[in-house]
Amino acid sequence: MVTVQTPPASMYRSREGLGVWEHKGKVAAVGIGHSPTARRWDGLVESSIGTWTVMALRNAMEDAGITPDQVDGMVVVPAATTGDRWYPTHPVPEDFANTFELTDNLNDGLSSMSVDWILKNMPELTNVQFAMHAPTCMSDAVVVAAQAVGDGLTNTCLVLKAWNNLAGRYGHEAGNNALDIAPGASQWTNPWGFGAAASTFAYLFDQYCRKYGKNHDMMAPFVVNEKRNGLLFPEGFWAQHRPEPLSIEDYLSARWVAKPANLFDCDLPIQVVCAYVFTTAERAKDMKQKPAYILNHASDRTRVKSSIQTLDECEAATDSVGRKLYEGAGISASDLSFENMYDGYTLFHQFHIEGLRFAGIQRGEALDLYATDISIEGPNPVSPSGGNAGSGRTRTWMHTDSIQQVQGRAGARQIRRPAEIGVSGGPTTTGGNFTVWSSTPG
Amino acid sequence: MDLERPVPVPDEVSAPFWDACNEGRLIVQSCDPCEWLQYPPAKTCTECDSADNLSWREVSGRGTINGYIVIHDSRLRVWVPVQPYNVAVVELEEDPTINFFSNLPGTAPDEVPVGSKVEVEFISVSDTQKIPEWRVVEG
Repeated sequence: MVTVQTPPASMYRSREGLGVWEHKGKVAAVGIGHSPTARRWDGLVESSIGTWTVMALRNAMEDAGITPDQVDGMVVVPAATTGDRWYPTHPVPEDFANTFELTDNLNDGLSSMSVDWILKNMPELTNVQFAMHAPTCMSDAVVVAAQAVGDGLTNTCLVLKAWNNLAGRYGHEAGNNALDIAPGASQWTNPWGFGAAASTFAYLFDQYCRKYGKNHDMMAPFVVNEKRNGLLFPEGFWAQHRPEPLSIEDYLSARWVAKPANLFDCDLPIQVVCAYVFTTAERAKDMKQKPAYILNHASDRTRVKSSIQTLDECEAATDSVGRKLYEGAGISASDLSFENMYDGYTLFHQFHIEGLRFAGIQRGEALDLYATDISIEGPNPVSPSGGNAGSGRTRTWMHTDSIQQVQGRAGARQIRRPAEIGVSGGPTTTGGNFTVWSSTPG
Repeated sequence: MDLERPVPVPDEVSAPFWDACNEGRLIVQSCDPCEWLQYPPAKTCTECDSADNLSWREVSGRGTINGYIVIHDSRLRVWVPVQPYNVAVVELEEDPTINFFSNLPGTAPDEVPVGSKVEVEFISVSDTQKIPEWRVVEG
């Protein structure tokens, strides 16, 4: 049995001044595999994240044109929810236990995922010698897998993130949120009622508007464009289940959640699994799809000083991410064909793209850019994936789209200008992980 | 605003802070070699990562409102009945990078006077615990 490791801090490029990434252009993503999507788990074994994990991994291997025995590494995000867990509130369903080999963690396959569970239930993966559990989300797994392949720890690596969504409102009245007391970290927030979706970023957006003279209405073109792009993403929730366009009027009239964040500034929690195949640039040449080369990855490890992140902290962190990404890739902002920075909540996307200086913008200018042509047909495609806002909460669409864009197979979302170099990553303005993708090794 | 606020549960690190609130004093942690104030309190200085020079310092209890949000859809059960409500952010006079949450009791939702000076007051949330709140003293 392979030993599952936790990525050491040394795998992340979190400091400036590291120079060009030593593996620039030598690592590539090739295969992509998605499960179907659902608003919530319906309790059936065939739509559990266990079943969908097997499906997504097999789809990714088939897409890359490799056989399971050729896989020698895995990077998996074990956390499959930021909401509730299935067990111990509910027993493991009998048919699930009869279908799959269980692990010591009875949530595996239901509301978490692990390398152990995958290897128990995919016996065709006979040659896995390297395995890591990446924290948080796909953005983390992507940079860990890129570094691992570059370092020679694995040659052909599966990368996976599962999201489950159970019954009930996401995070509402769950855990400490349901209590009359405020233990742990909640002692610094809950006595003042600081606990709604998007609260931190609503506050940062409030600060942003005060500093730069902007307003919430100016977000509308971006959010409408996100939904438009999402409806062109056949793997996404909205395209599959509710192909409803969003209008400017819809956005401006939506109810407030945490003003200045409204309903459409928040992403829709869904159930889905996404997987990729990463390998060396050399090996990728023999696979079924064109390689999506990785030019660099970078991470932020800013520690927020006080009760809530300040605009200064936010801008310093995102500025630094931009500098690190460009330094390690040996490129500049003008080399970007598109950007797929995180959007789940929409109100922080502008911090990310201003940090990148995308399309030549400076601080305080992103909402002005949104008023121009930011569509996939235009000169500055903003978030061609549509992000979480366009396809549901996964934190993966941005990476899938970036890979597909530089491979030239993004279908109806393919940007009209040549998709040469793009950047994706997140999640939030501090603590995220980011990747530079390219159609060539650079 | 009429509600039973969640009552903070002091722990090993936070107990001195909550005890001081009960005495009507606002204190924050200080790491003197770093000239660093911090709130919420932590086991170590978040600047130098050492616990060796951490102490508590009483501060003025004066600050400035630098912004706010209005919560309309709280995830916190006890707060749902009083929606919508303000959550303002107060910068501490001694160090504006230190910020506190406040509901600004008496201020109507979405009518927060950003930029106004505020002073701390301590309100009871249980028979044994007070928490810092803030009131506007100067527009």
